[in-house]
Amino acid sequence: MIANQQVFQFVLHLADDSLILGHRLSEWCGHGPTIEQDIALTNLALDLVGQSRLYYQYAAEIEGKGRTEDDLAYLRDVIEFRNHLITELPRGDFAFTVLRQYLWCSFRTEYYQHLLTSSEIKLGELAAKCLKELQYHQRFSITWINRLGLGTKVSHKKMQTALDELWPYTFEFFQPTAAEEKLINASLIPDCRDIRKTWDQSCQSVLREASLVVPQEHWDFQGGKEGMHTEHLGYILAEMQFLQRTYPGLVW
Amino acid sequence: MVTREDRVRQILLRVMDPEIPVISVVDLGIIHKIKSVDGAIEVQVMPTYSGCPATDYIPQLIAKALRKEGYVEVKVINVNFPVWGTDRITSEGRRLLKEYGIAPPKVGGTPDCPQCGANDVEQISQFGSTPCKSLFRCRECLEPFEYFKCH
Repeated sequence: MIANQQVFQFVLHLADDSLILGHRLSEWCGHGPTIEQDIALTNLALDLVGQSRLYYQYAAEIEGKGRTEDDLAYLRDVIEFRNHLITELPRGDFAFTVLRQYLWCSFRTEYYQHLLTSSEIKLGELAAKCLKELQYHQRFSITWINRLGLGTKVSHKKMQTALDELWPYTFEFFQPTAAEEKLINASLIPDCRDIRKTWDQSCQSVLREASLVVPQEHWDFQGGKEGMHTEHLGYILAEMQFLQRTYPGLVW
Repeated sequence: MVTREDRVRQILLRVMDPEIPVISVVDLGIIHKIKSVDGAIEVQVMPTYSGCPATDYIPQLIAKALRKEGYVEVKVINVNFPVWGTDRITSEGRRLLKEYGIAPPKVGGTPDCPQCGANDVEQISQFGSTPCKSLFRCRECLEPFEYFKCH
């Protein structure tokens, strides 16, 4: 029971990651380059928002203070959000979108593989459910990384630019917070540092295949998991939470 | 002997998936357990995709169908574990999907065209009109068709 607060924060982190990235993807609705890709991106968004619901419900249950999934999604402010910074960056162009999807998704699938065996049974169960969906998302994004990376000069350049921009944000995947450290020590969650090597190898090979080069010199960004966000998150929340904040308790 | 659970299952055979209205929730394989607890009926449903908009709707449909048949105390809950997969679709369910024009999930290889049966098909899109489907076209009869993704 001692770890309850940490588990709560951790589950919120998983929920926020999915919600914010799902929201970013949903911004493509009606703007996809072709109708098939429009459908694809919004399908990914649906899965992610659906996954975030599962985690918010679980978080609400752990907290046990009567807050619901909706309260957690709609009534927390920027500093209470625990998502990785990479998920909140503006959607960018299509190259940026599919590359971000790949970077995040390949990390998340690797991470969930390790979470399957958590002694916190429910974490493993939810990971199993999300994993199935994310693996499909990953295949989708890899297809596009190859197609654009190996496509025309323009498409290649767009992919490379996206990679230069996004890569510094992957650093955060492997930086546990103080609260996570406690859970790692209690063997409740995997140590994200341990999966860096595997992730790095598979990632590098996918990128190399698409003739993309990981930038050598770059900044490393972090802070999202502890509530220090980019300026972009506030805008998402303003849009997403507007209805609940203006009309508290409103339901469909 | 026909148990109460069996009778409930019979009723659920007539509760159709709202998005693919030819296949019942039983044939779709999403009914995990039917339990009779102190006179009340509890149905455990395994949702398909996390993003499926029918996730909240299907339990309502099930509860409504059971109440209509006279079951007063009905509890329908979604369980996220075990995880639903397309291997849970019954053979009858697969037949119904195909008859409806949706290629049933196939492990390994490309789906067969539900119209003409040919296997010379190409994928148009990895995603389709619902989270569980993707889009194909048959090179033989040239008809586009939906494929129920392996999950």
